[in-house]
Amino acid sequence: MSSAQQEEEVLGKAYDGRLMRRLLGYVGGYWPQILLATLAALFGSITQVAGPYLNKVVIDRYLDPSHVQGSGSFFSAWLPANAYRGLADIAVLYLFLLVAGFGLDFIQTYTMQWVGQHSMFDLRRDLFQHLQRLQVEFFDRNPVGRLVTRITNDVETINDMISNALVAFFDDSFVLLLIIVVMFRANWVLALIALSVTPLIALGTMFFRRAVRDSYRRVRLAVARINTFLQEHISGIALVQAFNREEHAFAEFREINHQHRHAWTDAVFAYAVYYPAVEILSTCAIAMILWFGGLRVLDHTLTIGIVVMFIQYSQRFFRPIQDLSDKYNTLQSAMAGSERIFRLLDTPATLTSPAAPAVVAEGVGRIEFDHVWFAYQGEHWVLKDLSFSVQPGATLAIVGHTGAGKTTITSLLLRFYDVQRGRILVNGVDIREWDLTTLRRRFAVVLQDPHLTSGTIADNVRMGKPGLSDADLWRALEQADLADYVRSLPDGIHSVLRERGAGLSTGQKQLLSFARALAPNPPFLILDEATSSVDTETELKIRHALDTMVTGRTSIIIAHRLSTIQRADLILVLHKGVLREQGTHQELLREHGIYWRLYRLQYRGQAAGGNVAVPAVQNTAE
Amino acid sequence: MSFALLRTLGPYLRRYRRRYVLGFSILVLNVAVFSSIPYILKLAIDGLSHGISVGSLAELAGLLVLAVLARGLFTYWQRLILITTSRDLEFDLRNDLLWHLEKLSQSFFQRFRTGDLMARSTNDLSAVRNMLGPGIMYSANAIVQFVVVLAILLNLDARLTLIAFLPAPVIILSVQWFGKRIHDRFEKIQAMFSSLATRVEENLTGLRVVRAFTREPEEAAAFDRLNQDYIQRNLRLVRLSGTFTPLLQTLLGVAFVLVLWFGGRAVLARQITLGGFVAFNAYMVQMSFPMIAMGWVINLVQRGTASLERLQQIFRSQPDIADGPRTDSSIASISGQISFRHLSFAYPAADGSAGPTILRDLDLDIPSGKTVAFVGRTGAGKSTLMSLVPRFYDVPEGMLLVDGHPAPRIPVELLRRSIGYVPQESFLFSDTLRANIAFGVPDATEEQIVAAADAAGLGADVAAFPQGYDAKIGERGLTLSGGQKQRTALARALLRDPRILILDDSLSSVDTLTEERILEGLSAFAQGRTTLIVSHRISTIRNADWIVVLQAGGIAEQGTHTELIGKGGLYAELYEQQLLQEELAAV
Repeated sequence: MSSAQQEEEVLGKAYDGRLMRRLLGYVGGYWPQILLATLAALFGSITQVAGPYLNKVVIDRYLDPSHVQGSGSFFSAWLPANAYRGLADIAVLYLFLLVAGFGLDFIQTYTMQWVGQHSMFDLRRDLFQHLQRLQVEFFDRNPVGRLVTRITNDVETINDMISNALVAFFDDSFVLLLIIVVMFRANWVLALIALSVTPLIALGTMFFRRAVRDSYRRVRLAVARINTFLQEHISGIALVQAFNREEHAFAEFREINHQHRHAWTDAVFAYAVYYPAVEILSTCAIAMILWFGGLRVLDHTLTIGIVVMFIQYSQRFFRPIQDLSDKYNTLQSAMAGSERIFRLLDTPATLTSPAAPAVVAEGVGRIEFDHVWFAYQGEHWVLKDLSFSVQPGATLAIVGHTGAGKTTITSLLLRFYDVQRGRILVNGVDIREWDLTTLRRRFAVVLQDPHLTSGTIADNVRMGKPGLSDADLWRALEQADLADYVRSLPDGIHSVLRERGAGLSTGQKQLLSFARALAPNPPFLILDEATSSVDTETELKIRHALDTMVTGRTSIIIAHRLSTIQRADLILVLHKGVLREQGTHQELLREHGIYWRLYRLQYRGQAAGGNVAVPAVQNTAE
Repeated sequence: MSFALLRTLGPYLRRYRRRYVLGFSILVLNVAVFSSIPYILKLAIDGLSHGISVGSLAELAGLLVLAVLARGLFTYWQRLILITTSRDLEFDLRNDLLWHLEKLSQSFFQRFRTGDLMARSTNDLSAVRNMLGPGIMYSANAIVQFVVVLAILLNLDARLTLIAFLPAPVIILSVQWFGKRIHDRFEKIQAMFSSLATRVEENLTGLRVVRAFTREPEEAAAFDRLNQDYIQRNLRLVRLSGTFTPLLQTLLGVAFVLVLWFGGRAVLARQITLGGFVAFNAYMVQMSFPMIAMGWVINLVQRGTASLERLQQIFRSQPDIADGPRTDSSIASISGQISFRHLSFAYPAADGSAGPTILRDLDLDIPSGKTVAFVGRTGAGKSTLMSLVPRFYDVPEGMLLVDGHPAPRIPVELLRRSIGYVPQESFLFSDTLRANIAFGVPDATEEQIVAAADAAGLGADVAAFPQGYDAKIGERGLTLSGGQKQRTALARALLRDPRILILDDSLSSVDTLTEERILEGLSAFAQGRTTLIVSHRISTIRNADWIVVLQAGGIAEQGTHTELIGKGGLYAELYEQQLLQEELAAV
């Protein structure tokens, strides 16, 4: 886990213009919301800054008017002369501002989160749809886990940036700006004094962030090591015990655990220094304000209200600074995340329908492989110069030992991959000229792993054609010889399957995958028979269902059942990617070649006593 | 917090009692100094409004700096002591947890999944730490500060104090109320997040079916629904958290409004001085944090106790395969004679009841020093049988005897030390090749390691690695082939110089010729040792002293290779199939 994690953790710059512009493309559509949030932040900052100012007004106007010369503040003129009434008015105004601030703050947070969530939705949708278009070959190279991370965590970092960093950026900057303006309007000398510690605090915060980031990096590493160790030693506990390794493993764990504790000490230290340091600096600013401001009060050139206001602002000034520096990391991870996301979105889908697909006649036609060569990688040919054709309505069985290239034929026919040389024709038209969806819809497909989805039986049967009527559905279940079983279920076709069809037997899963393939009634059949054995009764059902399936269809079957092979019009024997023998069962047996050996290895048991039933109970520990 | 849970933590807390006492003493000093700061402001403002000497003003400013310096020092100490202690406690707790886990038997690990145990030893542990570290520190801080400031304020003006503190209970309750709900919604969102991930994963692993059935549009639509659901849930959380933060600000603000209004009136009525009014404000700023912290701490404690309860479930589980009163400590060595007597076995199910029977009424005597091979189809019970010998699971006394002793009477450590076990899945650890081979013999010499690797047919491979035996195995290091992993696992077992060697189909990933060569090489090693081999390849085991064919948990046939071929039963059939396979591979 650690190497992948480290790769994911590589952080670049916090700002990249090109990436930012693309990101803004996702956010841009929501500009009215962003405008609303910005306005809310702007007005909200007024309510946040109001308290100390109102205190100043109260002190200078009513509580200690002796030190005031001139008119004082700009709204003094509106204030009543009566001190008690004035206090009440200001208190009510303050309360009003608080309530307004509450509303504005909510609007701002909610709106930006809304924008963040919706951009995230759009981005996720685009990513998912892009993944649906990318060619199968792409997924052979890219592990599923990493792609899942793109769509989940990486998108989340961008949401974080939009809904947290962006909000804080507006909010904090407005508050800071407003405090600075109010302070400078009140007294610029005192304002400079109050701000004098700001560079130190900014510097301290920077050092602190760096120290903490470093420490956190080590903590994450230590946590990853603890997790790896636990994961390995819990899943490998039998070995630990079998090899009397308990004490040694414990000592090892203690060491890792110790490193984890040690990694924290720096962070603990950094916090223990940073918090008091900020407090000391801001209180020093207060002491200076008290001293310089106090001297002027004694000179009667300054009011006590202003000194108090400065003291109160000094206490509020530093939170936004810390907050802002916090967002740097958020921005950095969002950039790294979006870089990875856009790289995925920029991966072109190379296997697509042609611009002007050929119009191909419907109905049961021919399938032809014409000198097909195929390799998954470079020159490692899996199929070498393979040619064969299946007449309309005929059934072709392909047999061969492991690694012969049988399943690849399925993949090529459905155009999961394009052939390197030669061509594949369906109804006389090269499949590369077909519309991709049309091509795949003409096939009833049964893959080795049925891969049922969670949902009801009906959902699964309707997989190939969502609009199918219940009657069509029952017809398919009937043909797959599964109708009786489904009828016996309390919820019938609406019975919910557990994950991946758990609860159904292997044979029932196969029959269900037959029904699913048959439901849309397509003219071609491609079937990769499952190798797993089933009980005799199910075996008979499968044979029966197979009979129905091939009737009236051009069929290619990767066969593992003797009964299937015997019924085929033609058998191809594939060995190590080359077509070695072809003919009917009897013809091939007479050749005493590969087929003859395969027959004795795999099929003879089936011929003798039906399929040998292997005990159904499989022990999980083995 | 329940008493029983506290009792668990008791020993840990007692261990650090002195540090806690010191930390709390500093905390009290800290609060005392901190509470003096607004009072200094009061003196200064009062002085300014009534005339004060420049010297006194300078003194007060200086005092302010001194106070905050002292406060800084105390905060530093307090944090260092209390937070570090919570990390130490976490360290102890985690060590004890692993130590306990290591002693638990396989049946425990069948009941608890690895992921679950991982979650308990990481998330739950840190929830407990949060309760014992920041939780205790902040609550102590909040309580002491609350008491001290309240005393000062009551002294300044009792009526104003009561008015100013009107919002306090609401603040504490709302922090607690929102905190819990926000946490719950957040957990649900996390769960939803993983189902989103699972959905994508399912789609991508089922890629071919999706494409074959041209399901892309439906899949995208289904994903959209989940995606939509996810953001709606998130927004529901935002409605809560987006209300909470401003609400808190507003409630705190109300306290300031009250101080402004009623404090102002008190100044006008000459009940308090202007300095007292300013100090009141400053004290309310100081009180904001304790009020928020109280509600927050309540949640920390709630989560912490729930987590502690989950950890308790592990700590309460007793190791059921361990030495006890039945153990016969006079048994000092193992020679390697193994008997199965009417052996039946079923894995314990998750609920403690017995699962389906895997082995039934199995009788077999294996003389010391002989090589016995086990063959049979998947599910016949071969691996289960092998796992009973090292006592991963115990069977009733008398069903399994080693050297004539019932297995449960043999000291576990001795029995396992006498066995070289090579499992079906060659599980290696992310460490060097050397450390993996020396897994069971940590103090093995270089020569011994090399000899074991050579005997396992691994020597030539290691020579080809640039870092030799120091090569790291695992994701960040060397990726071994399946065969190399299996041979490493074999070397690991050989190095222990065991009396009993168990090879549970442990060479399936090497090719037939190599397997035969390795086993041939092993025959010298196996001389005089009891060797149990499970294999799917009959060609590799035909030289065994005795061959047992298992079927459905019982013995179907047994004998030597020649005898079994002569019988023409299951064994002969398996053998012929294998010959054909080899023939085909050669074409």
